[in-house]
Amino acid sequence: MDFLVNLLPSGLAHHAPALVIVIPLVAAAVAALMPNGRLGWIVAMVTASLVAFFSLVVLGLVLSDGLISYHMGGWEPPYGIELRVDALNAVVLALVGVMGLLCVIFALPSVGDEIEEGKQALFYSAFLVALAGLLGVTITGDAFNVFVFLEISSISTYTIIAMGAGKDRRALTASYNYLILGTIGATFFVIGVGFLYMATGSLNMADIGQILQEQGYNRVTQAAFAFIVVGLGLKAAMFPLHVWLPNAYAFAPNFVTAFLASTATKVAFYALIRFLFSVFHPDVAFVELSFTWVFAAVGVIAMMVASSQAIFQTDARRLLAYSSVAQVGYMMLGLGMGTAAGLSAGILHLINHAIMKGALFMALGAFALHFGVRQIRDLNGLGRTMPASAGAFTIAGLSLVGVPLTIGFTSKWYLITAALERGWWWAVAALIISSLMALAYVARMLSAIWMESPPEHHGAKPAARHAFYMVLVPMGILAFANLYFFFHADVLVGLAEAAANAVTGGH
Amino acid sequence: MWSAELSLALALTIPAVGGVFVALLGNKPNLREGATLVSAVLLAINVAYLVEIAPSEPTLVLANIAPGLQLTFKLEPLGAIFAAVASGLWIVNSLYSIGYMRGNNEKNQTRFYVCFCIAIASAMGVALSGNLLTMFLFYEVLSLSTYPLVTHKGDENAKRGGKIYLTILMGTSIGLFLPAVIATHFLAGSTDFVAGGLLALNDVQPMIAGILLIMFAFGIGKAALMPMHPWLPNAMVAPTPVSALLHAVAVVKAGVFSILKVGTYIFGPALIAAAPSSEPLAWIAAISIVLASVVAITKDNLKARLAFSTVSQLSYVTLGVMLASPLAMLGAALQIIMHAWGKITLFMSAGAIYTATKKTEISQMRGLGKYMPWLFGAYTVGALSIIGLPPLGGSWPKLFLMQGAWDAGQAIMIVALVASSILNVAYLLPLSARGFFAPADEAKLKKQPPALVILPPVITAAGVIVLFFLIGPIRDYLEPVFMPLASAGAL
Repeated sequence: MDFLVNLLPSGLAHHAPALVIVIPLVAAAVAALMPNGRLGWIVAMVTASLVAFFSLVVLGLVLSDGLISYHMGGWEPPYGIELRVDALNAVVLALVGVMGLLCVIFALPSVGDEIEEGKQALFYSAFLVALAGLLGVTITGDAFNVFVFLEISSISTYTIIAMGAGKDRRALTASYNYLILGTIGATFFVIGVGFLYMATGSLNMADIGQILQEQGYNRVTQAAFAFIVVGLGLKAAMFPLHVWLPNAYAFAPNFVTAFLASTATKVAFYALIRFLFSVFHPDVAFVELSFTWVFAAVGVIAMMVASSQAIFQTDARRLLAYSSVAQVGYMMLGLGMGTAAGLSAGILHLINHAIMKGALFMALGAFALHFGVRQIRDLNGLGRTMPASAGAFTIAGLSLVGVPLTIGFTSKWYLITAALERGWWWAVAALIISSLMALAYVARMLSAIWMESPPEHHGAKPAARHAFYMVLVPMGILAFANLYFFFHADVLVGLAEAAANAVTGGH
Repeated sequence: MWSAELSLALALTIPAVGGVFVALLGNKPNLREGATLVSAVLLAINVAYLVEIAPSEPTLVLANIAPGLQLTFKLEPLGAIFAAVASGLWIVNSLYSIGYMRGNNEKNQTRFYVCFCIAIASAMGVALSGNLLTMFLFYEVLSLSTYPLVTHKGDENAKRGGKIYLTILMGTSIGLFLPAVIATHFLAGSTDFVAGGLLALNDVQPMIAGILLIMFAFGIGKAALMPMHPWLPNAMVAPTPVSALLHAVAVVKAGVFSILKVGTYIFGPALIAAAPSSEPLAWIAAISIVLASVVAITKDNLKARLAFSTVSQLSYVTLGVMLASPLAMLGAALQIIMHAWGKITLFMSAGAIYTATKKTEISQMRGLGKYMPWLFGAYTVGALSIIGLPPLGGSWPKLFLMQGAWDAGQAIMIVALVASSILNVAYLLPLSARGFFAPADEAKLKKQPPALVILPPVITAAGVIVLFFLIGPIRDYLEPVFMPLASAGAL
């Protein structure tokens, strides 16, 4: 990625961490002023391109030079706000940046179809705020800042989910539900941060970590830990705090679902890792206990329960939403192994899952655009009427199961290997059983797409439709990535290992 | 220019490119079938070269996917023989497919031939794979690419059969085969096929090896070891050329070949013999042999009967691997070849009878032999080979397996093999008897089947006779795989 860095004057590259969040925040205000949806989209598109570019620059800088510490306004940490990027959040940042860009391309036809014209510019504005929030959570080195950005992204997310009301008014209750739970989560989180401030007198995460190591832990820090885990777990849809997610994904506009599924839970999961490893220390008894007895345990339960719930869904997006909860379980299990290999497998799955779910939700969006697909039975015969989108859906679906030739296989391989190294045979069994359940629910959708015949209207078979290029391109890129990164697994595995080593030091 | 590596790559690319041409020529049926035949012949020539050079064990790295994970081809005699059987029979079967598909006016013929090419390409991939990861990959592609062939008819029955087919094959492979592969990688640090056995060389304890052996034996669902067999009878909803080449040769043989290869190169005979689970698994294989034969007798539908016969015959290979004596494993390897030729003859005969008369039940096939003497002659030769009578190829694997069972101290297994032969007589020969000696129900045949469905079974029946006399060279070819590990007293 050095060539990206070289494109910039050196002074500008240095400011890339700040630009990543400043650009979308400013652009959000610009988008709100746009007179129509198309101009709003152009603003969002330019912004997302810049964000993707700068996030890759940051990743390139971190991979070549190591940790970046950017002092906002020139104030020294721990007094000023520090943007602190190591390999872990650089990877997540680049993931959010790139997925954001691909989703925005997809947005033009999808949002044009689902949101009424007058609200589109405002919709893009809210989306850009959400994007800025997610990027902010990822990049900041300040605990209170995490809370602020988390709320920025959450509140704007409630808005854009509620915009699904144009198609289905249940989006309003889904969004309201998420609002209530999300606020509770944020409250828990800020209470936890408050306790930490009480105990250490600092808000800089690295600094807190240092002070805690020196002065030791007490009841207050333990309580802080519990509050923070619950707060972030809710945002990450950690079982059983996931109840907001299925409805939010099912009723939001298709673009929002694709965007959230590939970024939002990933960012919250990152924040969780950051607190577990950099603020608290994984060797401390209560943190160590939480790996096995909280994260691994809820991970396995999520894999079992949510996967089996997914099998019995009738709404296509709800099905994939339950699958997402299960997939978060895979990541939690990887994290819960408490080893560098486990964490890196979890992070690898985080990246891979974003790629698969992005493609799946975009394909569902394409189906919805042309045939109004919502239920699984609506998928009937789409293999004949929309072959390209159905093909992308199939590749990503097989990836979700973990069939070889796809990145899902790579994820499973590393997760199972990590579990074997840890000696956790039960975790291997859980991974396998959950994969089999994934096979069951993916097969349900694929058999509807390929084996059933399309519904007939007045005796006439629906004509084949060509999906818009603005849908085909990002969806095609993601579907291709599902295959490409199987053959070049070393790229993503290398990133995931670098990310894990950044916080574990390779142990 | 011409090198072993190129030839290895061509084994995969010829059928794949052939598939592309088939797809492109979809609306010109004669050219399309020409593309299939040309790729089949080219592949067979290429594989003949591979058979020639196999003892030098050339390797080809297909892709480095991550540190420690490679997709590789590594040629060795077992794989070369399997590739030769599959590619050789593909030529015969392609001729037969043309006659059958046109004779029955089947729909979606382009999709049919494309999937056939992909299936053959993945069978080549399984045959030439240099490690477990590569084998698993092509094994899964084989399952997926044959699914549209199984459900070709598209009616409810075909969908139901296809569902069972995919559920069992994917379920066992993801549920047992994949974890076994990953566990092997974890224990040994690689998944390469190594002479003497990867796990044995890494001093894996017999207890753990035993657990892995169970996972492989059932996880490789294509080997149809009971109780993982129901996919095979259900796959019979496919058009008969599919049943003939894929469910008598490529797919099922990919299954037992995988078991043989895993047994030889991952475990090694010594470790299998030491593993506590090999004896129970040998018993399960023996039970499969007898039980499936008994079930076959109860089936009146000819294809269903042949399917259960296949389940029974496949377990010969599993039995041979579990006995783990050199001769038993040699017998297992021979069974892959001999059964393929015999069973494809029977399936092609069944399809020819269907094309000519639309009859599927054995009880309706009285007196047909008088109208189709060549066909019923071919059927009878194939049946006698499966039963194991000389001078037909099928007699050798039985002989070697019996001797191998004796060497392994499992003389009781000889009883199962003899019982199976007797049962084979009971379920295979009634059709011949009925065809030749019973009076015909109808005055005459509606129409003679096209020559292209009669000729291929006659060719393969002749092949069965030739193979009997080729045992010397075949044995000399395969023996180095098993014999360096032989105990001193073996034959």
